[in-house]
Amino acid sequence: MKICVLVKEVPDAAAPRKIDPGTMRLDRSGATTLNEFDKHAIEAAMQLKAGGELGVDEVVVLTMGPNAKVLQTAVSYGLDRSVHLADDALAGSDVAATGLALAKVLEAESPDLVLLGQQSDDGECYAMGAVVAEHLKMPSLTQVVKMDVEGGKLRCERQAEYGYDTVAVSLPAVISVGDAINEPRYPGLKDIMGAKKKPVDTKSTADAGIDAGQVGEAGSKTKVIALNPPPQKEAGEIITDEDTAATVEKIVSWLEERKLI
Amino acid sequence: MAGILVYALHDDEGNFNKNSLGAVSEAARLAGELGTEAAAVVIGDVADDKVAALGAHGATKVFRAKNVADGLAQPAVDVMAKVITDGGYDYALFGGGLLGLEIGAGLAARLAGGVTVEVTKVKVDGGSLVAERPILQDSEIADVTFDGGLGVIVGRLNAFEAKESGGSAAIEDIEVELSDFSSKSELVTRGEQRGEAVDIEAADVLIGGGRGLGEAEGFRACEDLAATFPNGAVAATRAVVDSGWYPYAAQIGQTGKTVAPKLYLAVGISGAIQHKVGMASSENIVAINKDENAPIFEFADLGVIGDLNKIVPALTEALKARG
Repeated sequence: MKICVLVKEVPDAAAPRKIDPGTMRLDRSGATTLNEFDKHAIEAAMQLKAGGELGVDEVVVLTMGPNAKVLQTAVSYGLDRSVHLADDALAGSDVAATGLALAKVLEAESPDLVLLGQQSDDGECYAMGAVVAEHLKMPSLTQVVKMDVEGGKLRCERQAEYGYDTVAVSLPAVISVGDAINEPRYPGLKDIMGAKKKPVDTKSTADAGIDAGQVGEAGSKTKVIALNPPPQKEAGEIITDEDTAATVEKIVSWLEERKLI
Repeated sequence: MAGILVYALHDDEGNFNKNSLGAVSEAARLAGELGTEAAAVVIGDVADDKVAALGAHGATKVFRAKNVADGLAQPAVDVMAKVITDGGYDYALFGGGLLGLEIGAGLAARLAGGVTVEVTKVKVDGGSLVAERPILQDSEIADVTFDGGLGVIVGRLNAFEAKESGGSAAIEDIEVELSDFSSKSELVTRGEQRGEAVDIEAADVLIGGGRGLGEAEGFRACEDLAATFPNGAVAATRAVVDSGWYPYAAQIGQTGKTVAPKLYLAVGISGAIQHKVGMASSENIVAINKDENAPIFEFADLGVIGDLNKIVPALTEALKARG
């Protein structure tokens, strides 16, 4: 059995984020890192492999984007190999176009399970799992916070806005996981050292059989036509606690002024 | 007829949720400006008198798929894709929530359309819809249009206000054959409420506790502080509810409750968008957090940068001393 994990390179949380006004795309020139949510998908894959119930032989990691660095980070958690989809034609793909491209590569891998993080730290669309599943014609569930193997199926729990749902999903399937599902491990030194030696298969759109007209800016049906600042809210008062008694006094008088106490 | 199609989520009794009714009202408003009509899709055997709520909120037509079970996204994609293909709808609108995100994304993929999520406002420009989508932690708002094909708009929770217009909708029962893969998931339990019941919606003052409390025990300090107010209660973020530190019924945010108390005092809460959507309408927001870069300081009326373990007990004592 094979698990594919989808990962994304995102701007480092400490780096300032801005949109390039020329392209209306996120400026990705600064420091980058592995999307935090993806670490939970990697951990879930590793736990399924170690658990043995599904008989997982291989965990493959896949990313789309110009850089392969994030794949090396991903395999350092112990994954087996990686696939890198990189092509200038993919630049500017929206979530639907990106999902289509990733699905094409996944089709060739023919996984029994696709895992991904519930959202990217930069795009925050929560949508990739459902898009990929649709193209692969697989059952899917997103934002899963508990996942157990039961009778060859995955018994998944997730929290919707009206309470908890429990869903039994047949394989092959596409599952996006939330950050509450597990505590990601830290990569071991041996795996970090070994990561460089693990095979990376780099593919262009042509290699993956992707119609270049359906991806990238041209293939994306959503267009960002303008960027505007959000409505300005009056800035709040910020105080730094240096002397707790004085800080508390300030809070109390602030509450008093507003007749909250 | 080109128009706007809305997915209307309901509970097991057939009551539509507030966000779905909001989406219907919003679709009716936009359809009015576009010179078209708003229709809704109901999945499951919901009685006519319950379905009438959709007409009252502005839908002129309701498609009801009685033979399909509600609660999972992929069967809903099958139903909506059929209605859109048969009826030539230009847009699909969702009031937000987990199912809305899943159905919307699946629908865009199925019909080769585009999808925009977390939309806070929709406007009409030149005969087309423009979706306003806050990005980069709400620091910018992107105006998004759809370039051919179906435009799928998934609202942020509470973005669209439910308004009764007093209209009525024609109900059409439809038969939909589900895709093979749509039937491969089974909803074992739905909407299960976990943990003890607590009522946070009626409180005037809410003390919200987040991961910064460090451990479940940290909530005791929040409870002590809440007890100093005549009508105070304790609320929680998703992260701490997921960790089992506090009951789900107290959860604020995207997958929890939406509150607007007189005072929301956030303790050890970073203020991620998912939490913000549930409490941003509070009249006064005070935040205590040791991380000066926490997003909550951008929308707090009073931000206190410091150690909550020192400040919260001292504040509790000071308020108690006032009597």
